[in-house]
Order: sequence, then C-alpha cells, then structure tokens
Amino acid sequence: MKDMENKDNNFEPRIVAFVCNWCTYAGADLAGTSRIKYAPNVRIVRFPCTGRIDFMLLLKAFGSGADGIIVSGCHPNDCHYTSGNFHARRRWIVFRNLLDFLGIDVNRITFSWVSAAEGAKWADIVNETVDKIRKLGPYTEYRRAKDYTEEAKQYE
Amino acid sequence: MKRYIIEKSKVNEWLKQIIKSTERVLAPVKDGEKVYFRPITSPQETDYDSVTTTESAKETVFPRTETLFRFKTEGKDTTLSEVSAESYPQTVLWRARPCDAVGFLPLDAIFNWDYKDNIYNLRRAKLTIVSFSCNTSDSCCFCTSVGGGPGNTEGTDILVTLLNDERALAEVVTEKGEKLISLCPTLFKAVESDEGKSSALAKIPSRFTSEQVQEHLKNAFDSSIWKQQSARCIGCGACAFVCPTCACFDIQDDKCGRDGKRIRCWDSCGFSLFTKHTSGYNPRPEQSMRWRQRLLHKFSYMPDRIKVLGCTGCGRCSRACPVDMNIAEHLYSIANYNHEK
Amino acid sequence: MSNLEETARSLFKEEKVNLIIGFEEGSRHPRPFFCTSTDDIPKLILDKRCHNNTAVYLTKKDLLGTGLVGIVATLRVLKSALQLSLENQINEGQFIFIAGEDASDVQVLKDKASIQSYVDAHPEIPDSKVEERLHHIESMSREDRWAFWKNELSKCIRCYACRAACPLCYCERCVAEVNCPQWIDPWAAPLSNMEWQVNRAMHMAGRCTGCGACYEACPLDLPINLLTKELSSEISEDFGKGISGNVLSSFNPADKENFFK
Repeated sequence: MKDMENKDNNFEPRIVAFVCNWCTYAGADLAGTSRIKYAPNVRIVRFPCTGRIDFMLLLKAFGSGADGIIVSGCHPNDCHYTSGNFHARRRWIVFRNLLDFLGIDVNRITFSWVSAAEGAKWADIVNETVDKIRKLGPYTEYRRAKDYTEEAKQYE
Repeated sequence: MKRYIIEKSKVNEWLKQIIKSTERVLAPVKDGEKVYFRPITSPQETDYDSVTTTESAKETVFPRTETLFRFKTEGKDTTLSEVSAESYPQTVLWRARPCDAVGFLPLDAIFNWDYKDNIYNLRRAKLTIVSFSCNTSDSCCFCTSVGGGPGNTEGTDILVTLLNDERALAEVVTEKGEKLISLCPTLFKAVESDEGKSSALAKIPSRFTSEQVQEHLKNAFDSSIWKQQSARCIGCGACAFVCPTCACFDIQDDKCGRDGKRIRCWDSCGFSLFTKHTSGYNPRPEQSMRWRQRLLHKFSYMPDRIKVLGCTGCGRCSRACPVDMNIAEHLYSIANYNHEK
Repeated sequence: MSNLEETARSLFKEEKVNLIIGFEEGSRHPRPFFCTSTDDIPKLILDKRCHNNTAVYLTKKDLLGTGLVGIVATLRVLKSALQLSLENQINEGQFIFIAGEDASDVQVLKDKASIQSYVDAHPEIPDSKVEERLHHIESMSREDRWAFWKNELSKCIRCYACRAACPLCYCERCVAEVNCPQWIDPWAAPLSNMEWQVNRAMHMAGRCTGCGACYEACPLDLPINLLTKELSSEISEDFGKGISGNVLSSFNPADKENFFK
C-alpha cells in the first residue's frame, strides 16, 4: 500500500467514513446540495444504521490503508430504527477501551452524531478529522504488523 | 561418520564463525519461562539450560505461514510469480536436540511422498542442523520408547556431545556438517573412538516400544480406549503445532481486491471442523475419533505407508497440552490394553 | 459439610449419577478427570492446585451422555456455570455441583439460587500478579503498548487453546472458522493474531468471569487474560455490575460517553 507521501512530506490522509443512511448520509448530501466545500479525502460507506457497523470493519479499514476513520449516525433518541444507535454507542464505548489498551491510536477515529439537517456539521467533522490525521501522519505502524515472518521478499 | 574433539571453551568461537558466514543462525533463546528458536547475532544469546525448546524446529522448513506464490490480475490476464529461491535464507539450526533432528525425517517423507514439494525441499537443502546430545531430560521425554535416544545422530548434520571433562565431541554425519567444521579447522582434532560419549548422556528408561504400540493398534479401531483417553481433550491445536512432525496445513488467499498471495498455514486434525465436508457431513464429529486419528496416523498409518514413525518422543505435546494429555502415558496404556473388551 | 469421596459415592448411589467430572493427579499437576464408576472415585482429588475450569465440559453434549452429571466445582467453575445458565446453555437440574476448594470440605448444590448464594458468600480475591501486570501496561505510552502487544501476539500460533479452554466459547462454528466473509485471516501473523484476540475479547465483553483459563491454556504463556480482564473492569465501571442481559446485547438510553462529537 503506497502512502501518499511525497518528498515534501505533504501527505494526504485517506479517511473512511462509516455512516448511517438516514441521518449522517443525508447530512452529507445536504452539505453537497448546499455547495459547502470540504476536504475530499473521505470515502463514505453507507449503512442502514450505525447499529449495523461491525467493529471489525474499523480494523479492516486501518489494515487496508485508511489513516483515519469517521463513524457517524443519528443523535440518541432519533434513530430511524429506534434503538440501533444505542446499541452502537455501547459497542463503541467497549471497543474504544479495548483499542486503547492494545495501543491502537484511538485519536484516529472520530465518532459523531450528525443529523440530516447538519450539513455544515458534517463538513466541519470531515475537515477537523483530515487536519488531525494530517498532523498524526500515515498509520503505517499498524499495517506493518501484517507481515508474517516468512513473507517472501523476492518474487520471480 | 567422522569424529572430532573440540575444547568446550572454543565452541563459542566456532559459533561466532558460523554466525559470520551464515545468513541466519537459529538457536534456543529464553523468553520469560519459554524457550524459542530465534535468530542470534552473538553466541551469548544461546540458552543451554533448557531441556528443549517450547516449539519445534519445523518452522525452518515448514513455517507457520508462508507464501506459495503471488498473483496479479489485470483485466482478463492473471500473472503468477513464484517465490524466488533467494528468499529462503541459508540457515544453521544450533543446539537442536536429537529428537528435533530425527523429526525432519517424517517431514522429508511427507513432503516428498507423491508430490515433491519444491518449496519445502529448497528450505531443507539450505538448512544445516547442529544438534547437542541431552545430558538431562524431564518427565515428558520418551525418545527411547520410539527408537530414539539422547545421543542419536539420525537426521542431523553434526551431533555435539558435551563430555564430562573440558572437551566436546562433534560427530559429523553429512557433507553439510563437514562444511561447518571446515570454517574453523584448527579448533577440531579428528578422533577414532566416541570418547566415552554414553557416560555424558541422560538416562531415559524406555516405557514401551513403538513395535508394541503398532501391534496393539492393529485391532484397536473400535476399542473403547479412545473415548476414555480423549474425554478431557478440549480440541485445540496446541499439540499439533508444537510437534516436530505434524505437517497438516491449510491453503488460503491473502488478497486485496484481485491481487494477492496464496498462503500455506498450519492446521490441526484436532479441530472439530478439520474434516467437515462442504456437504455438511463430518466423518470425525467426536473428539474421540479425532484423538484416535492422531495416534493411528503417527503410529500406524505413517509407518505402514511412508515407512517412518510420526513421533520423536520429544514430549512437547504433553508439555503444551492444557489438560495434560500425556502422550507417553496414553501410548503405554494402548500397549498394555486389551482392546477386545 | 462432608468430604469429596463420601459425596461422590452418595451421588452415584442415591442420585443415580452416571458421571462425575472432577480432577485427578496428572503428570506434573492436577488435570480434569471423568469418573464413570465407583471404582474410580478414590482418584478424585480437590485442592488449590486444581486450576482447570471444568465448566468447559458442561456444553459438550457428546461427553455428558444421558442422565444426571455431577461436577466437582471450584469457585471459577461455579461462576462460569452461572453465566452459562444466564445464556440458556445449561438448565437447572441438569447438573449436581459438588462445590468446594478442598476435598475435605464440599457441599452439594443443585439449583441456581444456592449456587448464586455460594458465589456471593465467597468473594473473589483479586490476583495481585494480574493486577500488577494490568497496571504496568495501562501506564505505558500508546506506542509502548502497541509494541508490547505486537511482540506478544507475533508469537501466537493460532492453536485456539484459549478458545477451547474457555467455558463461554461454546459456538459450534467460531467466527474465525467462517470464510464467507473471512473476517479473521486464519494464518498466524501479528495483525491477524491481534484481530483474533480483539474478536475474542469483544465476544467475551461483559461475559468473562475472569477465571484465567485462556492464559493457563496458552502453550506460549501469552497474557491474553489481560485483554478480557481489562474489558471486564472497564465495563463494570462504565455500565455497573449486574446489568440484566449481556452488555452488548442490551442498551440503556442513559449510557454516558465523552468522545462523541
């Protein structure tokens, strides 16, 4: 996985956003129709609900080249499926503790509640995250652990 | 076989030379309470106190995870790339045990049985084994019950015995071994006799013979002993993975999109899904059947079909087992059981 | 209050038990033992060296046979049995528990309520070694913690002894054995080993009883019980003890966190 670093060390972060369809995705749409400019570094993955976001997806995102992650959904009490975001909130509280204990950089993961009306907030969240990750640098430390000892160094 | 004497105090000098002229030297290194074969850069890192290492030396020729080949897909074309032979490092395995060295013989037989495994053979050709005789053993060792012994030279390139005085005996079995001796010719003095080697070896009484076990296994398939012995087995892979001769593997793809590597990794017949078919049928649905398979494979099928015993008596399986499935104890029961019951 | 041998005999005779799962002397330390006849009763032992969590056998249906089964139960076995009962994996009346820490002093417990009272009456003494190790890791910098766990987990051979020894890992097909989708790479490598342990810890969230069987089963002494222990203590802090249902399968609108924007 090539890091987008050039000689000036001007690296462009790759951010993956896991968002719920009914609130945050709609909010991102609103940011678009309102012509709000924000950083282009984010790739959005749409879920029906934050309750559907498996914690493994975050690890897979880091392992596949993401330098930062955004997880965002409906505000508590506003979930389209009533309680999906409550389950998600519990899951993230537990998961974040585990990640921190393992030494995985939880500062690279932004959790937020963004409603369908908060296009500006979405743009702010993305911009803040991109700035933060730009300062933190690429997350190569994580991906280096992928190598198994007998990884072939040369191919014919 | 050629015999040489080297002063014990000069062994580290020899090792230093070996380290200088070999890509990779693996030796027992202490890590907490465990001992592993790890690459060393200086002789002092070697641990000589342990009876044996926690894991076997089979990783030198059969690593826990290795790349078989790489594939890249562009449009409708797929390119395969083999791992180049230079990737496999020239390796000296230092201070292995006789039970480690003899463990390479069943591996050689398995990986050259009907299909000649090129990758295994490349690694094997680049490996030189320097084993050290055992002057201590523990309660899990039983090499003498399976045709081995603390001073056995089968499978090794050089066997070093630390004698009871300031000297060590080096018995050179192969040309590979001779090459290592020639790195420091002035340190070695050729001798004819074995210089009283047997008095420096651990005393390990044999508890049974493999012939006894094989004979009893012949009509033991339906015996009730399997359920009895395996009741406490929890079905993990610890025994298979630390065993020097277990070679079952899984093949998987490590891919990103349509490019990636085909990987070979360890598997164990003790896992419940090991023999599950895609139809859903499992010929070994109970742990007792899997335990029976493990023993029959090592002590009956392997000797019958590829003429080599699948066990070296190193005892690692017994040390690693969370519920003390002491294999020597089980084999002794099998050798003394009336299976007709 | 009676001794193990008498109790075992009476279970076989009066209660018509066919099997007692207990401990016997092993090669170097006690090991689980399946006592199927009165002749084998003298082999049953019980003392503080009996560490194996034999509750792992309570969900193995082809070992238990039909009929009543007795089990010699140390505190860790009882705690696991209570959690198994909460998760509907074992039923009241299926097992007779011979509870105690020493063969000279055991009592027979048959129903959930008496097991719960016994467990409540014997509070857990925290293991100082485990606590020390936990605090040591917590006090490390993030980079050092990553280096520590990467080093430990690079040794893991994926034998799954941790999973096999845990009484609460009873899934017939583990997530690590599912290949559509393959969430967890099945080969041993530092990152895939870490993904496996993350999954294990998350699946044990709020369920782990802290018995340490995972650590004791590991052939390489990897301190993986620290992962589940850390999560357990964070969960009791964040959500309180004694929540109904498991922490990840229930919710509370009043849950508090400090990191959502």
